[in-house]
Amino acid sequence: MDKLLQVKDLRIHFHLDEGVVEAVKNVSFDIPHGGTVALVGESGSGKSVISQAIMGILPKSAKIETGEILFCDEAALAQGGPIDISRLNPAGTTMQDIRGGRISIIFQEPMTSLSPLHTVGNQIMEALLLHRPVSVAEAAELTKDMLRAVGFPDPARALKTYPFELSGGLRQRAMIAMALVCRPSLLIADEPTTALDVTIQAQILKIIRDLQSELGMAVLMITHDLGVVANVAKDVVVMYHGEIMERGNLQEIYRNPQHPYLKALLAAVPRFDMEPGERLKPIRSIETKTGHLMAERENQNGSQKPEELEKPILKVDGLRKSFTIRKGGVFGSGKERNTVHAVNNVTFQVKRGQCLGLVGESGCGKTTLSKMLMRALSPDEGSITFNDGEKDIDILGLDEKSLVPFRQKMQFIFQDPFSSLNPRMTVGDILTEPLVIHNIGTPQSRKEMAEELMELVGLDRRHLKRYPHSFSGGQRQRIGIARALALRPELIICDEPVSALDVSIQAQILNLLKDLQAKLGLTYIFISHNLAVVDYIADDIAVMCRGRLVEMAPRESLFKNPIHPYTKGLLKAVPEPSLDHLLDFNHLMNEKASNPESWPTPFTDDGSQQLALSDMSGEHYVRTHVNSGLGVS
Amino acid sequence: MTEETQRGASARPVFKEDEHLPFWKRWMDTDIWHSYKKSPVIIIASIAFMLLILSAIFAPLISPYTPFDPGSLNLMNGFTEPMSKNDFTGDYFFLGTDDQGRDVFSTILFGLRISLFVGLAAVLFAMTLGVILGLISGYLGGWVDGVIMRVADIQMTFPSIMVAMLLYGVGKGLTPPDLRDEMALVVLIISIGLSEWVQFARTVRGATLVEREKEYVQAGHLIGLSKWAIMLRHILPNVTGPILVIATISLALAIIAEATLSFLGVGAPKTEPSLGTLINVGRQFILSGEWWILLFPSLTLLALALSVNLFGDWLRDVLNPKLR
Repeated sequence: MDKLLQVKDLRIHFHLDEGVVEAVKNVSFDIPHGGTVALVGESGSGKSVISQAIMGILPKSAKIETGEILFCDEAALAQGGPIDISRLNPAGTTMQDIRGGRISIIFQEPMTSLSPLHTVGNQIMEALLLHRPVSVAEAAELTKDMLRAVGFPDPARALKTYPFELSGGLRQRAMIAMALVCRPSLLIADEPTTALDVTIQAQILKIIRDLQSELGMAVLMITHDLGVVANVAKDVVVMYHGEIMERGNLQEIYRNPQHPYLKALLAAVPRFDMEPGERLKPIRSIETKTGHLMAERENQNGSQKPEELEKPILKVDGLRKSFTIRKGGVFGSGKERNTVHAVNNVTFQVKRGQCLGLVGESGCGKTTLSKMLMRALSPDEGSITFNDGEKDIDILGLDEKSLVPFRQKMQFIFQDPFSSLNPRMTVGDILTEPLVIHNIGTPQSRKEMAEELMELVGLDRRHLKRYPHSFSGGQRQRIGIARALALRPELIICDEPVSALDVSIQAQILNLLKDLQAKLGLTYIFISHNLAVVDYIADDIAVMCRGRLVEMAPRESLFKNPIHPYTKGLLKAVPEPSLDHLLDFNHLMNEKASNPESWPTPFTDDGSQQLALSDMSGEHYVRTHVNSGLGVS
Repeated sequence: MTEETQRGASARPVFKEDEHLPFWKRWMDTDIWHSYKKSPVIIIASIAFMLLILSAIFAPLISPYTPFDPGSLNLMNGFTEPMSKNDFTGDYFFLGTDDQGRDVFSTILFGLRISLFVGLAAVLFAMTLGVILGLISGYLGGWVDGVIMRVADIQMTFPSIMVAMLLYGVGKGLTPPDLRDEMALVVLIISIGLSEWVQFARTVRGATLVEREKEYVQAGHLIGLSKWAIMLRHILPNVTGPILVIATISLALAIIAEATLSFLGVGAPKTEPSLGTLINVGRQFILSGEWWILLFPSLTLLALALSVNLFGDWLRDVLNPKLR
C-alpha cells in the first residue's frame, strides 16, 4: 500500500424530515504518505462532510450509503492491512484509537474550539494521555516541546495559560499543537486560516508546512481559498455540489484547468496583476436594470452647484476615539484603567464619485471609524463634514431631528447577509420601510420603487413577497444593497460586504457594486481586510494599523509601490491563486508586524518622535517621522 | 438561480417557499405540524385542553342544572352519590351533589370557566407588562435596565404565591367595600399577573440583547427609525418564540396560583367559585365519606394544568431545535 488514505466511491446522504439530501456523490481520491491534498470547494460543496466521514464524526442524520475509506498507516499495516473507516462503529474502540491519535483535525474557529475552562496545557495533554502510554510528567514534557514547535515563545508558561488569554493566532497554534501532539499520520485542516488575518494566516500555513515535513505526516487541507491552495498543496481535488469536478496535481490544475467550473472559479478571484479596467468573471453574472424612479435622481440634483460638486464629498479631520477598559473591582468600579485608542487622529477625504478603500487587520479600528461616520458612536475629538453638493454639513453637529433627513444621503451595507435582514419581514417590506419612514411617495409608488430596486440588483421583481430565508447569502447581500439604495444616497459605506460570501458570489457582488457606482454616480467607502478585493474596487486606498492611517495613495501606486513597512508586510502575506507569485515563507512578518514600535526608522512610533502623514509623490501619503527628510514637501 | 436558492435555504424555513399556497397548506408543511403528528402525548393533551376550553365556554348550555341560582336548589338533593338518582327527589346526578344539593358536574363546568378566565387574563396581563418592560430594559440598557431588573430580582426572592397573596390583600383593601365582590376577580387577575411578569421580562430582555446587536437593527437605526419603532417592528416579532413558550407554561402556573388562592379562601368569592374554591369546599367532607365533592374538581384541575404544561414543554422543544 503506497497510499495513506483511499476514498473510494463514497456516497453520503442526509436523511432529513424534508427528504434525502445527497451531500457527497461518488467521490474518490487518495492521499499519499506525507503528501498534501487540498479539497477545494464553495460552501455546500460537501467538503466538510467528507472530513467528518474520515474522522467518524458525521451527524446522526447522515449515512454512508456506499463506498469505502481505507486508512493504512504503519500501525494498520502491522495489524495486517488497511482499515475501512466507513465500516467502523463511530463509538467503537478502534475508531476512538484512530480519531485524535492517528488522524486528527484542526477546526476553523480558534475562538470556540478550545474549552475556555481548561488551561492550554491541560487540553493538549489530555489528547496525549488518551492515546499514548505516557506518564503525566512525560506528557507535560512532550506538550512543551510541541508548543515550542508551533511557535509559542515561552512554552512552560503557555502550559498554564487559559485560551482567553491568547490571541486568535496563538489559539490556532495551540489547536495545531493539540492536533499534532500524538504525531498523527494524517492531519485534516478544515479551513484552518479562514478566521485569521492575512499575516497570521501566512504564519499558520508556514507552521503546518514545516511540521509536516518534520513529522512526516500527510495533510488534507479543506479550504475555499484558491490562494491558500496554490501555496500549500501538492494535489488538488475540486468539488462542487458533492461531486468531484477535477483533480490532479497542483501544476496541472492551475496551469491548465479543464473543467469549466474550475476555470470560472479561477477567473472569479481578484488578483493584483489585473489589467486596469479588467473585470472579474463571476460564474453567474447579473444584469442591472435602472428604471424611471432611480433615474429621477438626476433631476433632483438640479439644485446642486457645480463648484460645490468639485469639493470632496466627505472630509474627516483629526478623528479620535478611545475606549477605557476598567480592571478588577468586585463592584465593577476598579480604579486601574487601561485606555485603548481605537481610532487615533485619523484624517482623510473622499472624492465625489470615487471609492475609498480602507484596509486593515482585525482590531485596527476600521469598524469603529465606520460607526463614527454613521453616528452610531460619537468620537472624542475631530470633525466629519459631508458636502451634499449645496453646502457643507457637520455630521457630528446634527441633532436627533436633523439626523433623520440626513440619513438619506449616507447609507450602509453590512457584512453578514444573514443577520442584516429582519427574518420576520418580507423583502418588499424591507425595501419599502426606508421610504415609509422618510415619507417618500405613495404606497403604489413605493411598491414600484421596490420592484425597480429588485431589478437593479438583478433579482426577480416577483419575489417581493418572499422572506429573507428563501434567498441565498449572495442574494440576501443584494437585497441589503437594494435597501441601502432605496433612499437614493450619495455616499455608501460598505463594511466588509463580501467577506462572508463565496468567491464566485463575491465577484458577482463586486461587479454589481462597480456597475451601480457607474450608473448612479455613487461614492463608496469600502472597508475590507482583503487587499485584493480592495485593489479591485477602490480608486484610493488607505491602510490602517492600530487606529492610525499609515499609508494612503491612489490604488495604482499603493500596491505597486508600497512604502510603509506594514503595507509591505501585508502585501507579502497575501496568498495569490497563481503559481507565479507564491508566498515567501522565509520572509514573513513575525507576530510583531503590527507593532508600531518595531517598525524601522523613519516609521518607528514609540512616542519619542513626532509622526505625520507626508506626501511622497502624487498624493501618496506615508506616516513617517516629521523631520525624516522623506517626501516632497 | 434555483440551485442558489436551494443552497441558501440552510436555515429551516418556517413556511414553505411558495407564497401562493393557502395559509393552512403551508402550515401543514411546517416542523411544528410534523412534530405534532408524531407525538401521541401532545395530541391527547391538546384534545383534552380543547375539550376543557369548549366545556368552559359552553357551560351554560351543557350543564344540566344552574348551581348558583338559589331558587333552583333543593336541600333534599344534598350528598347524592355520583351516577345515581336521589332517593327523595328522583333527580339524576352524574357526578353527585354537595351539601347544598348542587350538581357537582355543573359547578365544575362553571368553576372551570372562572379558573380559565382568571388564568388567561392574568397571563395576558403579565405578558403585556413583562414584554414591554423586557424590551425597554434590553434595548435601552443603562439605569432603566438596572431599575427594572433589580425590581425583578427582588420579586424573584419571594415565592410568587406569596406575592400574589400580598398584592391581593392590598388590592382588596384599596377597593371600596361596596364594590369588593364585583371587583374580586379583577383584583385577583391583577395580583396573579403582577406575580408572573418577571419570567416574561427576563426572557424578552435576554432575547432583545441578542437581537439588538444584529445588523438588521442597526440598519433600521440607519434608515432613521425611532427607538420605539425598532423595538416594536423589528425586535418584538423576533422574540415571539420564547414568549409563546413562557405564556403556555405561565398559564398552567396562573391557573394553579388562582386555585391555591381560592383554596386558601382569598381568591374567587363564594358566589363565583373557581375550581380552587370547589376543592376547598370538598375538603370539608372528605373525612365524612363524601369523596366526590373533592375528587372531581381536583381531577379537572389536574387535567387542565397537566395538559397546558405538556403543551408548553412540547412547544419549547419544537421551537428550540437544539433540544431535538
